[in-house]
Amino acid sequence: MSDSKSNFFSRLALALRAGWRALVDGDFAGDLQRLEQGGWTLSAPAGVEPPKPIALRDAPPDSALQLLALLQQEGRFVDFLEENVTAYSDADMGGAARVVHEGCRKVIRDYLQIEPVREEAEGVRLTLPAGFDAAAVRLTGNVVGQPPFTGTLMHRGWRVRQMTLPKVAEGHDVRVLAPAEVEL
Amino acid sequence: MSEVRYAVGIDLGTTHCVMAAVDLAASDRDAVVERIAAIPQLTAPGAVEERLMLPSFLYLPHPDELRVEDRVLPWGESPPFVVGELARTMGGRTPIRLVASAKSWLCHPGVDRRAAILPVEAPEEVARVSPLQASMHYLGHLRAAWDQQHPEALLTEQEVVLTVPASFDPAARELTAEAAAAVGLHHLVLLEEPQAALYHWILASGGEWRKQVRVSDIILVVDLGGGTADFSLIAVTERDGSLELVRVAVGDHILLGGDNMDLALAHAVRTKLAEQGTQLDAWQLQGLTHGCRNAKEILLSDARVESVPVVVPSRGSRLIGGTLRTELTRDEVTRNLVEGFFPKVDAAARPAARARAALTKLGLPYAQDAAMPRHLAAFLARQVDATRDLEGFMAQLPTGATFLHPTAVLFNGGVFKAEPLLERTLGVLNDWLAAEGAPPARLLAGIDLDLAVARGAAYYGYVRRGGGVRIRGGTAKAYYVGVESAMPAVPGLEPPIEALCIAPFGMEEGTQAQLPPQEVGLVVGEPVRFRFFGSSVRRTDQVGTVLEQWTPDEVEELEEIEATLPAEDRQPGEVVPVRLQAAVTEVGTLRLEAVPRIGAETWKVEFDVRGEG
Repeated sequence: MSDSKSNFFSRLALALRAGWRALVDGDFAGDLQRLEQGGWTLSAPAGVEPPKPIALRDAPPDSALQLLALLQQEGRFVDFLEENVTAYSDADMGGAARVVHEGCRKVIRDYLQIEPVREEAEGVRLTLPAGFDAAAVRLTGNVVGQPPFTGTLMHRGWRVRQMTLPKVAEGHDVRVLAPAEVEL
Repeated sequence: MSEVRYAVGIDLGTTHCVMAAVDLAASDRDAVVERIAAIPQLTAPGAVEERLMLPSFLYLPHPDELRVEDRVLPWGESPPFVVGELARTMGGRTPIRLVASAKSWLCHPGVDRRAAILPVEAPEEVARVSPLQASMHYLGHLRAAWDQQHPEALLTEQEVVLTVPASFDPAARELTAEAAAAVGLHHLVLLEEPQAALYHWILASGGEWRKQVRVSDIILVVDLGGGTADFSLIAVTERDGSLELVRVAVGDHILLGGDNMDLALAHAVRTKLAEQGTQLDAWQLQGLTHGCRNAKEILLSDARVESVPVVVPSRGSRLIGGTLRTELTRDEVTRNLVEGFFPKVDAAARPAARARAALTKLGLPYAQDAAMPRHLAAFLARQVDATRDLEGFMAQLPTGATFLHPTAVLFNGGVFKAEPLLERTLGVLNDWLAAEGAPPARLLAGIDLDLAVARGAAYYGYVRRGGGVRIRGGTAKAYYVGVESAMPAVPGLEPPIEALCIAPFGMEEGTQAQLPPQEVGLVVGEPVRFRFFGSSVRRTDQVGTVLEQWTPDEVEELEEIEATLPAEDRQPGEVVPVRLQAAVTEVGTLRLEAVPRIGAETWKVEFDVRGEG
């Protein structure tokens, strides 16, 4: 900071040197003019960073498709969702639900480490201190005043601690969730 | 890079392979730094995952079946075959291209193990592989997986311990060592799997094992893997004030394991469905086997559950209407699994015998009798004298004992994760012991049932370098060659055969037997074959001992051995008298050599693995 915000006397010396050089050096004079008119910014004004605009980005589809393929492969997830369930009895639905539940649960257990956001039992009163993570805890209802907030835990929330999906070969088409099967 | 950094244990199992390592530099005495090496493998086309186990399956895809990029492995190769999880999945749908149980084929005396015979059911156009090649592919995959994760310590430069069933015969051991050598693993020793399990128990006890066993204990190891049952007896002795372990006996090779049990349950449920008018195809049977395995685990782990629903998903995309629902009941598990495979029998029970002729058929010689306790009873009875020559052991075996009395039992193999099966086996054994007035055997617990063999093998690699107690024992059989008797031949009768002992019981690694006084004749330029025998009970025969007669229970015929004398400077057809000398190599294989009366040259005698015998 001491370089860019120098004291009065060094600024006076600089003004005299720059004024003299503007008289004798045409290029320097041109540069100085552009700088003076705001065409250039040589150094950002320290301490007052302008807030960066937060960009929205596209989530890459690969790992989502990969997870969907695993859910289909182990738990017939897509088959289940794509069927018209109105035509079936609850007993039929139950049989299929077991396949889906068992398989999808296996996928979730094998590839993701899922844990609750809050360890407390649902229904208990808890207090959120100032600076709590608003992404992990959502406030609802009478949201007024200043933290600490006290309220009832309605849902414990879920958070993925770790995710390890299979490595995918270059050129592998992840859009094929389940290949068609043709028995010869 | 010549410094050996790790001792690596490889369990080349019938159904799964596991690899474990001990960091030699970081380990000191009982403080052993060890871990399981993850094995990247294809789990779906184009998807690679790391798993602790590599299923021992090899799939030979059609050229149009998998694109090259869908079978690329992390080390950049995309071989024309698939090994591991994806091989098993694809093989479930296309069994004609699946090689399974290659290890059991490797010790199948009825077939040529170097010949491309697998898969047996494959049509003409499939390029088959030999049991030896299949084993090489598994080992090659493990090696590549290791090397990719340890570029600074390649597997070929590490101390590798490869496990084999205790019941593997010399030919199968040699083929296993050959498969390892073919993928560059020359720094190799073989270790019997039940011993590896016991090493893991020692490691897992963290030094406490000395308090859990005492001198004159006899430890029975029951190793029930996915495809084979393997028994060993290990005695606890004392030398210079410290405990020593001696492996005194191993059992026969029994093709009976956890996979048979899952299949048996699935067939029982299939029969039930068939009675209700529902026929299952092969694809559905696979789904049913999978469902039954999960249901069985629930039933065996929770005594309050009476039945577990089993659903077989439809093959097409219509899941809801097409799914079959049935259930597995406690009664079915008890009847088929507990009573079918672990019945309460008495100590005099023996397994139903298999006719030797049955081996000539092209198929694996699965155990005819599924009742594991009968095999165990036969083993313990045959080995009743196993500890006779050890000091202080005879006193504890009462006169008139009909079988050897173990004092402790170590169970290994995924089957015993089901507590009721472990308790049943221990209960049956303790009933036998009680009937002969012996105290019940203690349970040695605390091992990792799926991974113990690989971890114990890695630990053994460490122990060999002076890090802890070793199990002694040497070869578990005495070996004999068949020589024609000197008796005058009787017309119309085969000349009687005598068995000449060339390798005594208990030969240690890296030792050589004496030369027998008897000579046999080799014909120059022609292969000469000898009948070959082994005995797991004749512990006192020395080199040169000749048996004139024996019972099948005492001496078992193995595959023939064959020697060819190169013609070189001799006349073809000339008969050269030689003596046969046995040695156990550092690797742990049996080597036979023909030593002529004069000259320093010797010739290797090969085990015949062509299955013509």
